[in-house]
Amino acid sequence: MSSETAVTFPVRIWRGDAGGRFECYDVPRHASQTVLDVVTHVQRHVDPSLAYRYACRVGMCGSCAMTVNGKARWTCRTHVDTVAAGGMLEIAPLNHLPIVRDLVVDMTPFFDKWAAAKGSFAPTATRRDDFARVAPQSKARRAIDATIECIGCGVCYASCDVVGWKPGYLGPAALNRAWTLVNDVRDGAALERLRAVAGDGGCQSCHTHQSCTERCPKHLTPTASIAGLKRRVAIAAIKGQL
Amino acid sequence: MSGARFAVSGTGDSPVIPPGVQTGVRAAAWRFVLQRASAAVLAVCVVVHLVSIVYAVRSGLSAEAIVARMHANPVWPAFYAIFVVAVAIHAPLGLRAIADEWLGLRGFVFDAVLALFALVLLSGGLYAVRALAG
Repeated sequence: MSSETAVTFPVRIWRGDAGGRFECYDVPRHASQTVLDVVTHVQRHVDPSLAYRYACRVGMCGSCAMTVNGKARWTCRTHVDTVAAGGMLEIAPLNHLPIVRDLVVDMTPFFDKWAAAKGSFAPTATRRDDFARVAPQSKARRAIDATIECIGCGVCYASCDVVGWKPGYLGPAALNRAWTLVNDVRDGAALERLRAVAGDGGCQSCHTHQSCTERCPKHLTPTASIAGLKRRVAIAAIKGQL
Repeated sequence: MSGARFAVSGTGDSPVIPPGVQTGVRAAAWRFVLQRASAAVLAVCVVVHLVSIVYAVRSGLSAEAIVARMHANPVWPAFYAIFVVAVAIHAPLGLRAIADEWLGLRGFVFDAVLALFALVLLSGGLYAVRALAG
């Protein structure tokens, strides 16, 4: 430990709100150090006023996403070794969301869009009904398997070009959630959900750049989810259901 | 669409679609269907068009010879009529998406301009096709 702490490396961290600037800090380099470790070091040993957000530190809660050397990443599971090009680290808040302060963004628009995409389950059964039986190998259930592990970190949203160009676009996470529920045989609001994602800011706005799929830390494929929604919306439109 | 954008209180100027508000759903869905369907038609039409151009050039056909062949076979004017209809659908819808994302242009007036553009493409194209039909 003592021999490693002698080595430091420069880290640029965004300070302030949208009109802020990067400030440079020398941070001790350690083996297996994560980007979140770096931020935590600065906050605990250099400048206690640094604002950032994290909770679980093990890639479950989705609260620690930041822009690291230009790309949105979950910082608790991102090793400095893998991203510090040229020994330099630049850490900024997520794109496409209002900056509260330093590395903290306001996630309200992100989660508002989950709600706008009808991202909450609409049950059809009562407490007196038996458990639903969903065959694990059914097509619908396997489609859900591919989407359900979203942790709501906002990496896909911050990486999406279309969100940047068209702020009303619902974004990959909300649409991925909608696709999860469209495939849920227990859900009773499939058509309402299709209507919610078929408007001008809906699934049709996706350009299939696949930045969301490339950057998703859980290796989900929101692009495929959005393509599924596009198919369902098109079929519903042709059938006159919208 | 512009009516569906407003800021979340306390978050500055972040425009979002608030819960439950999505306007023009049916029209947006149909625009998507028409855009994709016309793209599929164009994919075939452009290939046939390019192959026929290459064939005509490599065969040394004159303009008169090409027009004579078009007059002789009603399949060609029908083909180009379909081509024109697909272009008249596809191009305005594509421009609409680009103008929305890159320039923030949207709304009834802009849609009316695009509809006019579609009519110009359709009428100009079909006028040319009529000449091919002899």
